[in-house]
Amino acid sequence: MSSRFFGNSLKLENVYIASTGTTCGPLEFQGPLGSCFDKGFDDHYCGEESFEKAERKMLRDALDICLKRENMKYKDVDLYIGGDLMNQITTVHYLAREIPKPFIGIYSACSSFCLSMALSSLLIEGGFIHRAVSLVSSHNATAERQYRYPVEYGVQKKDTTTFTATGAIATLLTDEKTDVRVEAITLGKVVDYSQNDPNDMGRAMAPAAYDTILTHFQDLKRSFQDYDLVVTGDLSTYGHKILKEMLQRHKIDVVRYNDCGCMLYDLNQQEVFQGGSGCACSGLVTMGHLYPMLKEKKYKRVLVVATGALLSPILTFQKETIPCVAHAISLEVV
Amino acid sequence: MDRKEYDQLAEELKPTGHKVKNGFNAFLYGGVMGVIAQAILEFFMNVYHCSQKEATPMMTITLVFFACLLTGLGIYDNIAKHAGAGTFIPITGFANSMSSSAMDSRSEGLIFGIGSNMFKLGGTVITYGIVSSSLLGVIRYVITLFW
Repeated sequence: MSSRFFGNSLKLENVYIASTGTTCGPLEFQGPLGSCFDKGFDDHYCGEESFEKAERKMLRDALDICLKRENMKYKDVDLYIGGDLMNQITTVHYLAREIPKPFIGIYSACSSFCLSMALSSLLIEGGFIHRAVSLVSSHNATAERQYRYPVEYGVQKKDTTTFTATGAIATLLTDEKTDVRVEAITLGKVVDYSQNDPNDMGRAMAPAAYDTILTHFQDLKRSFQDYDLVVTGDLSTYGHKILKEMLQRHKIDVVRYNDCGCMLYDLNQQEVFQGGSGCACSGLVTMGHLYPMLKEKKYKRVLVVATGALLSPILTFQKETIPCVAHAISLEVV
Repeated sequence: MDRKEYDQLAEELKPTGHKVKNGFNAFLYGGVMGVIAQAILEFFMNVYHCSQKEATPMMTITLVFFACLLTGLGIYDNIAKHAGAGTFIPITGFANSMSSSAMDSRSEGLIFGIGSNMFKLGGTVITYGIVSSSLLGVIRYVITLFW
């Protein structure tokens, strides 16, 4: 056990990414990164009778693809950790019925991807388990229905709206050496800058990303220069601009920074408003695009800062502001 | 950075809205909707020889029918994103809110799905429609006592 604490961050030495599986919906498949994903579905139902079942099918397919690559069965993994956007995190929990191993369901809104990766990494680094699978999914129609309006509701959306990505990601982490490792993690704290517009997530979440990035840099004495790319999860065009300005005002040189929400879609051609959001947004970009780039050694080290707005529609109507969080993982070529 | 400073920064960078364009589109689509409604009204009055009193609800029902049909076919929301208030304010907006809620809840069955969720968005219109019309009725009654 050789991990070291630095404030809110940890440096890891024994956690490697063994395999991954990514599935996505039609819009993501037609997007600029479409060819990076293992499987794309033509419609939002994925051949199932409800959107909820469709999301579960995407997640099951992602998990099967991930394990098949390593010729593993469900029982060969020690622990599963996963999350999604539904109430009672139903997508992962209902899928977990098919998994004959311990399962931990987590909820951290759209930052669930980084949190599940971080928790899996910690347990492996600690020597408690050998292999863990991180699972995350989100589906545009199920999220719209729960957090916003019915899918076919004809309403003009605000310019600051983001579009929940449809996709699922399974990642197998192990203590056996591979090409890419999880090198450091920073767990974020919940921040609230008194934002209350559920149709403006970028603005609500930018301070959380700012806080986690600063903490990460301070804890590990690093800067943007130490990374080939720094991505935030789903701040979208607007949040991306705010974060950049905040960092620059703090005299930080922002280079090679992008947002997964802006990378997943063609913002000029596809109707996604400010960009993508959802657990699948950071997950698809990281595991579908950045991970292969690391494997091919085109990048040496990337930082993924997944952002999450921990809002509930009920509390939003009760005029509460939106608490937000961001968790960071740093991936590095071995 | 404190919250006040943050709000200032966020306001500066806010994406510019399309208020003028949206307003114009709403006017245009709403106007076209009015013309269509008038044409349907004339059709019932002239072809079926109904009185205007009879033809008006028939015209409303026709509009509601087509709004629901277009919602079901997945076309309505594509028109509405351009039309905005032009399709939202007329009765078509109400029809769409009910049919889209019903479609969304279809997977939970007839009772706990469609039945209880159909009025999720439209219910507020009905509630306050009835409340305000009752209030106005009372006011009207009181006024007629003196005039």
